[in-house]
Parts: sequence; C-alpha cells; structure tokens
Amino acid sequence: MDVRLSPEQIALRDAAAQVADRLGPSTVAALDDRERAAKLDAAVAATGWRELRVGTDDGGPLASGVEAAIVAEELGRGLADTALIGPTLAADLRRRVGAPPAATAETVVLRPDLTTLAAVVLPSATVAGRLPSGSPAVDVQGATAALALVPGPRPGPGPGPGPGPGPEQCALATIELAPGSSATPTDLTRPVAVPGEHAVPTTVEGQVELLSTDDLDAVTALGLALTAADLVGVMTGAVRLATGYARDRRQYGVAIGSFQAVQHLLADALVATEGSRSIARHAAWAVDALPPAEALAAAAAAKAYCARAARQVCEIAIQVHGGIGNTWECLAHVLLRRALLSADLFGGVGPNLTRVLDHRGIDTGGSRALR
Amino acid sequence: MHFGDSPEEAAFRARLREWLRDNNPGLPASSTSDDYWRGQAAWHHALYDAGFFGLSFPEAIGGQGRPSVYEVIVDDELSAAGAPPRPSLGYLVQGILEHGNQDVQQRLLPGIVSGRTRWCQGFSEPDAGSDLASLRTRAVRDGDEYVITGHKVWTSYSDDADLCLVLARTDPDVPRHKGLSAFAVPMRQPGVEQRPLRMINGITKEFGEVLLDGARVPAADMIGQPGEGWRLAMTVVSHEREPGELGYVARYTKVVNELVGAVRADPDRHGPEAVRDVAWAAVEAEMLRLHVCRRLSDRLDGIAHGPDGSIDKLLMTQVEQAVGHAALAVGTDSSLAVYLYSRAQSVMGGTSQVQRNLVATRILELPTS
Repeated sequence: MDVRLSPEQIALRDAAAQVADRLGPSTVAALDDRERAAKLDAAVAATGWRELRVGTDDGGPLASGVEAAIVAEELGRGLADTALIGPTLAADLRRRVGAPPAATAETVVLRPDLTTLAAVVLPSATVAGRLPSGSPAVDVQGATAALALVPGPRPGPGPGPGPGPGPEQCALATIELAPGSSATPTDLTRPVAVPGEHAVPTTVEGQVELLSTDDLDAVTALGLALTAADLVGVMTGAVRLATGYARDRRQYGVAIGSFQAVQHLLADALVATEGSRSIARHAAWAVDALPPAEALAAAAAAKAYCARAARQVCEIAIQVHGGIGNTWECLAHVLLRRALLSADLFGGVGPNLTRVLDHRGIDTGGSRALR
Repeated sequence: MHFGDSPEEAAFRARLREWLRDNNPGLPASSTSDDYWRGQAAWHHALYDAGFFGLSFPEAIGGQGRPSVYEVIVDDELSAAGAPPRPSLGYLVQGILEHGNQDVQQRLLPGIVSGRTRWCQGFSEPDAGSDLASLRTRAVRDGDEYVITGHKVWTSYSDDADLCLVLARTDPDVPRHKGLSAFAVPMRQPGVEQRPLRMINGITKEFGEVLLDGARVPAADMIGQPGEGWRLAMTVVSHEREPGELGYVARYTKVVNELVGAVRADPDRHGPEAVRDVAWAAVEAEMLRLHVCRRLSDRLDGIAHGPDGSIDKLLMTQVEQAVGHAALAVGTDSSLAVYLYSRAQSVMGGTSQVQRNLVATRILELPTS
C-alpha cells in the first residue's frame, strides 16, 4: 500500500491546476468572458483529458480512475466552465460496449432524479423509444449528443424487453442535443440540458456488446468518484477563497481571521475537506482496482461524505465573507452552486447512504435496479 | 497510488488473519468496560510475541522496521475478527525516539514495545489542562536523582503502569515553556499515590490522578535535555492525536460492524433515523480508515511531527461521536457506555477547541489575536 500520488500523477495534477488557474473564471464577471471560456475549452481539448477513459487495444482505459479524478478535482477547484465529467463517462460507456470513440462531443443522460443513468423507455420490442420526461443530459458544454441506456432482453419468462427500469443488460443509444436551455442553472459553470421528450434515440453505430450489470456498477462508481473529486476541488477552492478573505478583511482594527469564532469555522472547513480528500482518493482508485460492486460501495461512501462536506464548506465560505458573500459578485456562491450540482449527479447523501446500506446487507426498500 | 496489498503485505495479512482465528481473547472494548484491562497485558504480549505489534518501530527497540502502512493491515484484520484494538502507545515511543538519548532509548523502549513494562503519561494537572505550560509539578535535583512533587490528572491506566512519563518544572527562573523537563518516573514507590476517577460511563481506568510527593527518579531517566520537556510534550501530543498511532480505527470499525449486524438481524426494530445513523457511522469509520492509509503512506517520505495531527484528531473525534450516536440509536448492550465515552474524545489529547486553534493558526496560517 502506498497511496501517495506518483510523480506522474503529481505532474498531471500540476498541469491541470495550471490550466484551471490560467483560464478558469477568477471573478464572477469572468464567467461572461466568452473568449476566455473558449480558450479554456480549447486547452482542455488539447490535453486529451476528456479521453482518459477511451479504450486501448487491450480493452482497458487509457488512464485509471485516479488520473481522471485528479483532473476533475483541479478543474473543480478552478471552477473550470468546460465539460469534463460528462465526456469522460460517455467515453467509458463506449469503451465498455466496444463502440468506437464518439466523433463529436458527447455526454451522458441521467434519470430525472439524477441518481442513475437514464434508460430509454421502449414502447415495444424495437429500439425506437423515448426518454422519461425531464431526463437531463449533464455537463453539456459543446456537446451535441448524449448517451442513454437501452434495456436489453430480460432473463426468465415474459415477453421480450419490457418498459421501465430493471434490465440485467443494456445497450446504448445516442440522443441529439438541442443547443442550450434558457433557465438560470443551478451551476453557473456547467449547464445541464433536458433533451426534448420526443428526441428519438438511435443505437450507437458499429458492432457493440451489451453492458452488464457489472459494467453499469463500474460506470456509476466512476461517475460518483469523479463528482466526489470535483467536490473536493470545490471545497479546496472555497477554503482558499475564505481564508484569503479572513486574512485581508479588517474589523475592530484587526483581520477577522484573528478571531477564534472565524478561525474555528475555517478549521472545520479544512478538516471536512481533508477527510473528503482521503475517502474520495480511495473511490477513484477502486473504480478499476476492485470488483464493480465493491467499487460502487466505495464510491457511494465517498460521495455521501463529500456531498455533505461540500455544502458545509461552501456555506462556511459564504458566512466568512459576511454580506459580500451573499452578493452575486462574490465567487463563494459560484462554488456553492457547483457543489450543489456535483452533489446531485449520481445522487447526493440519501441515495448513496442507501447504496452503502445495500452493500452491507441492510435492505432499505430502495430500488436496486440500475444503481 | 495504490490502496491494495503488495505480495509481502498480502502474506502478512493472511498470517495475521490465520493467527487471529485461534488467538482472539474476546475482550470488551477498553472504552466500555474495566474488564478489558484484566486481559490487556496478555493481549499486548500475545500480539507482540506473534510478530503483530510494533511493526513500524525500529528493530533496535524491538520493532520490525516495516513501513507504517502495515499498521493499517493490523487495524483492518483486528476489526474484521472482532478482536480488541492494538495497544495505544505509539505516541510515547515517537516522543522518546525523537528526544531521548541512545542510553534512554535502549533501556526504556524495548519494554514499552513488548508490553513488559507498562506506561502512563503524566502531563495534565488540575490547574494545567489546555494551558499545559502553566504546570506546577516540580523536579529538584538531589545527587544522581531528581525529587518530584506535584499532582497529575487524567492519567490513563495509571494503576496498571510501572512507569509514568512525567512533565515537571526543573527551572522556575526561565520563561515557562523553557523550564520543563520530562522523566520516566517509577510508579511503584512510596512517593507515588494513584487514585482512580470514575468516568461518566462508569469505567475507572481511563482517568486517574497521580499524587507525587517526593517521588524519586534517577537523573539518567530524564528524557531529553533539561528544558526540553515542552518540545517532547509537543511531539508526544502531536502523535497522540493521530488515529494511525492509536489504532482507534479498529475500535470504531468493530463497533460499526456490531451495529450493522444488530440492524440486519432485526430490521423491523430500527426506525429510518437509527438506520441512517448507522450508515453515517459506517461512512465515517471508513473515511478515517482511508485517512489513516493516506497519513501513514505519507510517512514513506519520513515521519513528521507537525500540526497535521490536529486535523486527524478532529476527524477522529467526529467519527467517534458519530459512532456513539449510532450506538445510542440502535441500542445494544454496550450502547450507552460507547456513547457516553465518546463525549470525552473531544476533550482528551487536547480539546477540539484547542485543535481548531492549531489548525487555524499553524496550518491555515491565520493571524493570532
């Protein structure tokens, strides 16, 4: 056992940090700077960080979940307003069914409750069907298509593929994405799109294998590990932002960071961040190193912990900023908003505590299908 | 980055698992019953003699010189087997290794590591708790000995101990942090009186009072130089705050496993809130296990005595108290004792408030007022 980052992993982290710091939004106003955002997008595209889970000749991914999580964490810390997690998951899904990498930018579709990958509802035994109403495609910046699941044949008695969730195996469908949604998003850095209810999916081209339940568990584990890593990054950014403010801001003739009441808030924020870092790091490793059910349980524990911690830490960042923290121009709410979305993707506290209990053999009456 | 076992680690794990099948003494948790202490010495000896204690300590003092990450394997396997945790005394070893001279290390450390000499720690006093540097116990040189007079409190396991690591003032004329020295004081002598204190959960071993009235200690058993006591104390407490040094992960995981088992055995008896508390306790204990993996891996770059232990202590406290709340919600035979004991975790080894001060000023480098 040696859970230190390797020299290569440290180099990757530093490279991702550099891109995020140089081209990420350093102020709220910078979110509207399209030229900057385009440069960031181009820089991330040029590094190949969205293709870390593309398959190699032996069928395995180009890089492990650890590398993908390292990049996700740094881009989260720098509030990078470019797609990463969606395309990474889409590439992982394609690899698992043996489909060729996407020709255009692509992401994934989740169920309306955001907790699991969406499955296309099939009206009959054909592949044509539609998504459940409100199924969002996530992390859609620049993406023109999204992947959803198509339930495969069920084992046992009964006629062919049925409607609704619960398949033992799945294929994939691509859905074309219409540009942009108009509503003010939760996360100002990563838009979510809801494909039209009647968007007709087509199965991915080429000879593909069905996704097994194990594959689904592993992809879900990756989704949880990457969103947990994003949360660790956001928390790190929030602690840094609030600590800097506490050093600079003066009241009663001294820096507010010299007051114990403020110090203890920031200490709690750092402690929550470091605990999150430890458990999230394991989740990223587990994606490829442990059997899928174990990886899913590890990722669920990490996600539950990080989701709770991230909200606490970002709330502290707002509190330490006082009135300023409650204005649109302070970055603290951009961090909180990003944390809220990342917490919800693949489930926040509740669904992941359920997954943890499931794994420990405690039945909570929740659905075990398509976790 | 790799959380899995190397072939050598896997072989060690298998050997320990096999050994535990026949050698689990089935003691109650130290936090819930004084009965634990009836078997604690034998448990320490058995673990050590079989090669499962002191793994990362230097071979020169009876350890095995292995990487610290082996302690993670020990904690994993002890909790999986429902065995008692490993003895919590690594912080004494780290302090003496860092500050004691060769003679002291060779004479005193092998006994601590093997468990043949029992130790306790005499730092706090009735008027020197969080403000430890204000302590008033005096050590006065008398020939080849020092004579010690004072009152120590919160001295865990003092009635079992052969020796006490006493922090005493040897020079009242210098600034208070500079006039302290540390000694290994024999407990079984006329000048030492030991009184148990009863904790809120009823156990008497965790807290003790030690009255020193002319207790004598050879000058050669001073640990470190005269005036080095404060620095030694800081080294000791920095490690006393590390769950990796204490082996507490095994204690928490063992309780969590029992709670999960209780809920699984009778799911209808437990409401959703209790089940949620158990889920959180499981997640928290797992977080701490993985945090220890990270901190002990960092030791592959060399052992540090810095302020990071305060982060560990605050995480450990959060875990102990989450486990305590889950125990209370589920209601097993030892639940109340587990819960009540957990309240002390945010006080012992430096209160959570002191830890937050340290995190803020020494790690976040916020200004002091």
